[in-house]
Amino acid sequence: MHELAITQQILGIALKHGQSVKAKKITDLYLVIGQLSSVVDDSVQFYWDMISEGTICQGAKLHFDRIPASLECRHCGEIYTLEDGTLTPCPRCDSINVNVITGKEFRLESLEVEE
Amino acid sequence: MPKRIPVVEKILSANDRIAQENRARLDEAGVFSINLMASPGAGKTSLIEHTVQRLARQFRLAAIDGDIATSIDADRAAAAGATAIQINTGGQCHLDAVMLRDALKQLDLIEFDLLLVENVGNLVCPADFELGTHKNVLIASIPEGDDKPYKYPGMYKDVDALIVNKIDLLPYIAFDMDYFRRGVELLNPGLVTFPISCRTTEGLDEWLDWIKTNARP
Repeated sequence: MHELAITQQILGIALKHGQSVKAKKITDLYLVIGQLSSVVDDSVQFYWDMISEGTICQGAKLHFDRIPASLECRHCGEIYTLEDGTLTPCPRCDSINVNVITGKEFRLESLEVEE
Repeated sequence: MPKRIPVVEKILSANDRIAQENRARLDEAGVFSINLMASPGAGKTSLIEHTVQRLARQFRLAAIDGDIATSIDADRAAAAGATAIQINTGGQCHLDAVMLRDALKQLDLIEFDLLLVENVGNLVCPADFELGTHKNVLIASIPEGDDKPYKYPGMYKDVDALIVNKIDLLPYIAFDMDYFRRGVELLNPGLVTFPISCRTTEGLDEWLDWIKTNARP
């Protein structure tokens, strides 16, 4: 599915930044993925092992930092987090007028490189 | 010695950049564009057919149809009166900005006012890939069930309008409209919604008025 397209993007960004500091090898990638982003970690790692072969990223480990989804109620101001990613109304006033504060993150935060 | 270097780059930034270029090309040519997303069988192509037929007098229309294989959808859009381009994604489950860019190259954009892009039938992946269109529209349909906003939040969360197709089937299907709308409201408060039936054409006028209001003359 689209994990392959995503993994290719991650590889492209990692290589660009690795080359800009003239890294010999990239050993670790730190990804920040919100709970509401539809990405399967195992699948990304699977594609990663295939497509990073022959690049300075070969053998690098992917670290997934999952950010829980947190919401703010526009009605009463309550801030709450979601148990399993299923959106639920405000636990205090049952309003459905809520705003997603965190959980949509989807970025490569940093790399660990050997120079 | 290993060294940590900061990156802080959005993973889909390359796609987003090309989406911005697509938007700029469409704006320059004065083309109003809509990305239609839905599950397979919700009625994307039927809606395009009706929209093309009804707006052909006022707008010069183009349709770009994304599918894993075949040109069935582009053929239907062309038969309805649009200039149609088929994109075969070769297995990929969504359109991305690069595919749209390549399809746009096949159109003389200055010759068109309105572009309808039919995404691959899928309620997950297309939500993550901006194309650069002016509006993202989701088509839900009654037979899919009333729980879809809860199961596919990513798709419902960021769209600009929602069409609920096949309302002529409401008497025959257990579909709790209040439960459905509550799920939508939770994800996308105030989302403009058009209950329609492509079969009976009920509700189509409101949808067409929305296009006319949003598209520049």
